[in-house]
Amino acid sequence: MPLREHNGGLMTAVKATLVRDLTLLLRRRGEVLNPLVFFALVITLFPIAISPDPELLAVIAPGLLWVAALLAALLSLDSLFRSDYDDGSLEQLLLAPQPLVALSLAKVAVHWLLTGLPLALMAPILGIMLALPAGSYAVLALSLALGTASLSLIGAIGAALTVGLARGGVLLSLLVLPLYIPVLIFGAGAVQAAIFGEGVSAHLAILGALLAASLMLAPWAIAASLRISING
Amino acid sequence: MSLCLQARQLACERDDRWLFQGLDLEVRSGEIVRIEGPNGSGKTSLLKILSGQLSDYQGELFWNGAAMNEAREHFLANLLYLGHAPGIKSGLSPLENLAWYQALSGESGNEEQRLEALERVGLAGFEDVPAGQLSAGQQRRVALARLTLTPRALWVLDEPFTAIDRHGVADLERQLVAHAQAGGCVLVTTHHELTASPLLRRISLG
Repeated sequence: MPLREHNGGLMTAVKATLVRDLTLLLRRRGEVLNPLVFFALVITLFPIAISPDPELLAVIAPGLLWVAALLAALLSLDSLFRSDYDDGSLEQLLLAPQPLVALSLAKVAVHWLLTGLPLALMAPILGIMLALPAGSYAVLALSLALGTASLSLIGAIGAALTVGLARGGVLLSLLVLPLYIPVLIFGAGAVQAAIFGEGVSAHLAILGALLAASLMLAPWAIAASLRISING
Repeated sequence: MSLCLQARQLACERDDRWLFQGLDLEVRSGEIVRIEGPNGSGKTSLLKILSGQLSDYQGELFWNGAAMNEAREHFLANLLYLGHAPGIKSGLSPLENLAWYQALSGESGNEEQRLEALERVGLAGFEDVPAGQLSAGQQRRVALARLTLTPRALWVLDEPFTAIDRHGVADLERQLVAHAQAGGCVLVTTHHELTASPLLRRISLG
């Protein structure tokens, strides 16, 4: 039997991983809807608990929306590699003759597409409930779309590190929350600036820079963390 | 070109206990090597070390004479590893599962090949059933379909006979022998007694 040379096919593998994860998640809709329902519930409860006064709500709305979206994204992270770890496909992923960095990036991309992006699209509707002033809706959606991509990338490092642990959920939150804080500050800051009529481009540019940095560094950290987890 | 996987002075420690020490091993084309030993003697750990999944060990590994770190890409391109867990997604059909595995090795393949591979393991008619609804043995068969679908020279199989019926066991055994005769190489752990064959070699642990 002749030995094979490694003959590339990276794009085929990445595409197949994207399709596979999308199919799997779309067949388990509950898992996709969970963070969205959580987001909607939290935001619905705030005006009831605090006060329906639009002026007060408008002040705290950017922070509330961002914190709720961040927690919703965090909630969905634990399952990112969990089922692959349990059924043995994670070890097959690690043994594929393809760079693990690219394959794990594909998995994170699917997570963002089905968690971060829907959260960003849903936020303006919830913003109405919090009497968010007109003119800040587009900035809210855009800042969340940019920010949640960073959150997915950073969170995936924690998910990869804790996938081997039976109850990694709490540890995962402790690990990634400190890293989420810069994204939260500039994300909520962008919406606040839009409300006060200041320039938002500086905030959005920093969010973009954070995303660029995570895109460059996080995939390597995710791949290394997965190797550590499978070793244990 | 023949293949050769060598291990020199392998030692692996788990929870302050040596699973094995000073293990020398050489596996070449045309061999079926059966790793034997009681439960907990480190068979799975040894297979994981040999397939490059565990790095927590002492000793050296060589692939065709080159150190494993340097030859890893070539090694992975020729390796087919089936672990304890079959690696089959319960939410996907057998066809979709196989399509991902085929793509993972860089081949896009076509549906005909996948249908043929499924038919060979006796799963004709189950192509589109979600794998979660299949029995444990049938799921194992989906994983075994990869043996014909993505031909690789080196097979590392951890308990491949688990949950397989008697008929399937005989089929799989014939497949292992045929693979070795064709110049391939099989590393296997099993509690099932393999039929004696001149190609079969045993290594005992523990």
